[in-house]
Amino acid sequence: MTTESRTGPAPAPTGPLSSIDYSEQIPNNVNLAGDRRLQRALEGWQPKFLDWWKALGPALPTKDVYLRTAIAVGRDGWAHFAHVPMEQYRWGIFLAERNPDRAVSFGKHKGEPAWQQVPGEHRAALMRLIVVQGDTEPASVEQQRLLGATSPSIYDLRNLFQVNVEEGRHLWAMVYLLHAYFGREGRAEAEQLLKRNSGDLDAPRILGAFNEETTDWLQFFMFTYFTDRDGKYQLGTLKESAFDPLARTCEFMLKEEAHHMFVGTTGVQRIVKRTAELMKSRGTADIFGCGGIPLQVIQKYLNFQFSVSMDLFGSEQSTNAGNYYSSGLKGRWQETRRKDDHVLLDEVRTMTYVENGEFREKEVPVLSALNLDLRDEYVADCANGVRRWNQELEDAGLDDRLVLPHEGFNRRVGVYAGHHVSPNGEVLDDAAWQACVDGWLPSAADRQAVASLMVPEYEYGKFAGWIAAPQTGINDQPVEFDYVHLAEEGIA
Amino acid sequence: MTVIETPDHAEDDVDAAALTVLPDVEFDTAPDRYRHFKLDIDGEVATLTLTVDEDGGLVPGYQLKMNSYDLGVDIELYDAVQRLRFEHPRVRAVVLTGGLERMFCAGANIRMLAQSSHAWKVNFCKFTNETRNGIEDATANSGQTWIAALNGTAAGGGYEIALACEQIVLIDDGSSTVSLPELPLLGVLPGTGGLTRVVDKRLVRKDRADLFATRPEGYRGATAVQWGLVDATVPRNSFAQDIARRAHEAAAASPRTGTQGVELAPLDRRETDAEISYPYVIARLNRSARRAEITVQGPAARPPADAAGVLALGVGYWPMAVTRALDDLILRLRTNETELGTWVLRTEGDTDLVLAYDAQLRELGDDWFVNEMVHFYKRTLKRLDVTSRSLIAVIEPGSCFAGLLLELALACDRQYMLDGVYEDVDPAAEPATIVLTESNDGPYPMGNGLARLQSRFWGRDELSSEAMAKAGQRLGAQACDAAGLVTAALDDIDFEDELRIVLEERASLSPDALTGMEANHRFVGPETMETKIFGRLTAWQNWIFIRPNASGPGGALRRFGTGQRGDYDYRRV
Repeated sequence: MTTESRTGPAPAPTGPLSSIDYSEQIPNNVNLAGDRRLQRALEGWQPKFLDWWKALGPALPTKDVYLRTAIAVGRDGWAHFAHVPMEQYRWGIFLAERNPDRAVSFGKHKGEPAWQQVPGEHRAALMRLIVVQGDTEPASVEQQRLLGATSPSIYDLRNLFQVNVEEGRHLWAMVYLLHAYFGREGRAEAEQLLKRNSGDLDAPRILGAFNEETTDWLQFFMFTYFTDRDGKYQLGTLKESAFDPLARTCEFMLKEEAHHMFVGTTGVQRIVKRTAELMKSRGTADIFGCGGIPLQVIQKYLNFQFSVSMDLFGSEQSTNAGNYYSSGLKGRWQETRRKDDHVLLDEVRTMTYVENGEFREKEVPVLSALNLDLRDEYVADCANGVRRWNQELEDAGLDDRLVLPHEGFNRRVGVYAGHHVSPNGEVLDDAAWQACVDGWLPSAADRQAVASLMVPEYEYGKFAGWIAAPQTGINDQPVEFDYVHLAEEGIA
Repeated sequence: MTVIETPDHAEDDVDAAALTVLPDVEFDTAPDRYRHFKLDIDGEVATLTLTVDEDGGLVPGYQLKMNSYDLGVDIELYDAVQRLRFEHPRVRAVVLTGGLERMFCAGANIRMLAQSSHAWKVNFCKFTNETRNGIEDATANSGQTWIAALNGTAAGGGYEIALACEQIVLIDDGSSTVSLPELPLLGVLPGTGGLTRVVDKRLVRKDRADLFATRPEGYRGATAVQWGLVDATVPRNSFAQDIARRAHEAAAASPRTGTQGVELAPLDRRETDAEISYPYVIARLNRSARRAEITVQGPAARPPADAAGVLALGVGYWPMAVTRALDDLILRLRTNETELGTWVLRTEGDTDLVLAYDAQLRELGDDWFVNEMVHFYKRTLKRLDVTSRSLIAVIEPGSCFAGLLLELALACDRQYMLDGVYEDVDPAAEPATIVLTESNDGPYPMGNGLARLQSRFWGRDELSSEAMAKAGQRLGAQACDAAGLVTAALDDIDFEDELRIVLEERASLSPDALTGMEANHRFVGPETMETKIFGRLTAWQNWIFIRPNASGPGGALRRFGTGQRGDYDYRRV
């Protein structure tokens, strides 16, 4: 259960009963059996995907995992739970149901019927958007492949794997679009998605944040909270796309993404809860010695992950983003609920920037600042989780609080790049920054200390000492449920 | 012809273009319908006399005074050039002269240029250039020597027509001159190769060419002869005699054979809003997608046994019928369908039959009619090369891109070939093949003097040689792909979608930038007079045309005839 105020809990399955062709190798609701071209393309791609999964997917050997599998988009269950061997997970292709009356809701094509085919005019841009989105999906699986070895519980291990298989399915979703709508170039790009690998010096993932190693579970939860949330917002803009198959694909992916948000929100929350307990009982903030993660270190991890995720939104002012919008390729978050003309040719907004060591504001055309618009939505959303984490501190009777750093803190992209801004929003010179940065961002020593706490706990129902147990299990199962059967029983 | 409204004072190009509904231009005419030319045949010498009907402009709004011309006049000139070659095998010299006193030709009509849209001017220049090149081609390849008998002043485009002739004789009457007054008077360049031919063909020194092109009144006979601007200057009393002598000398030296001509009967063309069709050529006009789908059909039967059989068929002989149709189609689409920015070229028919005709054109190459056809097809392909449209060849089962027809595909900017067959349409079809022949290795050169295959593999002769080593073989999609003869060989799973996306994408790009890019890519390698005219001259001229110094409200082209000079922005760009 999640309390995300913007998305709400993962929505209950609705809609008509859809017919699924289980006889096919690839579960789908896109009539794969009737599309000779797509079938051949995907069947050719699937073995390569499985090879990739075996080589770069989760490293910890398991027999099976209690996973949710999307087997349909309709009411008969996209939330279907069972123990399945991960390599037999049914990665399939699901698009939200088609609305035959859907019209383009923004940009110069506003009011025209949504596109069922890629217009040649937008082929290159659409393919680029899909490739960049698709590239992030397998990247996080690669980044997280070793985490199973240090899982704080079987419950968390299962959540990790759930996130991993769903990222795999999201890769499938993007590959489907590439295969179905972009011909041989699309197929070549789909192959490249498996050839680029996170952190690979020769063929890295496209976006920087996806080449960073996930060193420990605190970072994993922060990643899931902040970086996957960027993904959620990107999907939210693609869900508005005039290209209907992309819109429907992303709409369904967003439902799954809600689970990742849940893992991040509750993961950090449980760490904060445990930290608060230890701080209270030991009467000190320095709790590394007693097996907890100090709040200051949590804050540093938060600072880091928030700031690198902010960079993923790109420059505040972007011609590409404006073109994507005007052309109908990519909308705004909750486009249809916005109360404006959805064309934005005359709208302006203010933008903060740094000049001569201080913050200034200027008016810019909204169309040129759509990345900023999306990032503002994201920041507001991020604040909700922080409030929730602080509730644990308050409940424990502590005065300490976690905060989101200033939007200009530790930025490499956009108007703040090249400037030093402290977490509470002061513009600093080089020397002042260097003097303080270790107090704001995790140092090697911090990471080392956190890593030293990361010892696996594979006994059902038990949890590592630096994280609290969740209140409930998955799918109404108890917390001690056997969510994962490891390949070698007794390892715990 | 459509009667249209033209504003009295066109403010600028955009307005003129917006307000002027351009007529659909017809290129069909015949000597008995000429309004501006008179064609007299006297044995081996023909005389073509230009007497422009002042009120015979193609578009209202200007009078064609002083033997000035517009597109309509030039369409007649083109028709005459063609008929002389096909209908008059006995004619071995052509005298081009004027029917007015003291004025041979004043060039393109300035008021016409001033009121025309940019696109109209550009297309007009292209067509007139092609006609001038055709005159030179007749001299070079048909044994029909053109002699300009300038019985009065030849100004601007008038002198440029003369430059296309093999000899230029200017009357020595103390006042007639040759001149290129465009730059000083109109602030533009001579648009039909004048600058290029003065230095490259007439071999006039650079500084003299500079003097000539900036002096509006030009030069009289003595200087003109001394500098090489004309070959001779002859007094009025012996002018006719001198011209006749030159004509007969040229005729005597001509290798031209043939007695019985081939009548260029009116084309059997059918038109609807969505289609233009001829026997063997059909163009479907897809206006919403902004493209024309052109299909050339192969022959229905084997060629006749010999040259006599070919001549008997005349315009019905398959290569002749295809060439005439293509020539007309290209001109019509270029002039009347400017929004159809992409031409998709296909062929359909029996490859063996195409090869039989292809071989016959070579075997009977000494026959005058066959020779004319080969050069006509060559010129038509050159028209395609300089056409400002994206050209895409689609090679599918049932196509017959072999030999001379393969030149069409090679003229295209890209070639898409289906590998295999359309499984869902006709799984039993024969997969498409193409066949190279000697026709692809020289007889149909581009403006740069190279075969299209050589141009394709410019600087990599081994690739053309390797391809030509496969001449005569039926090359399937994979072989074509490997030999670099096609852009992409795709199976039916990808083909349709890929093609759709390619065409849609193409149609969405800037038409101006595409024209520039295509022209840059098509003409690799050496410069010739033709490539200079269609590249260097045209690009500069088109730039000058749209600059305010020419076509702005105070531009020289606009102001001509108002008594005011051009009001220039003197900053150099």
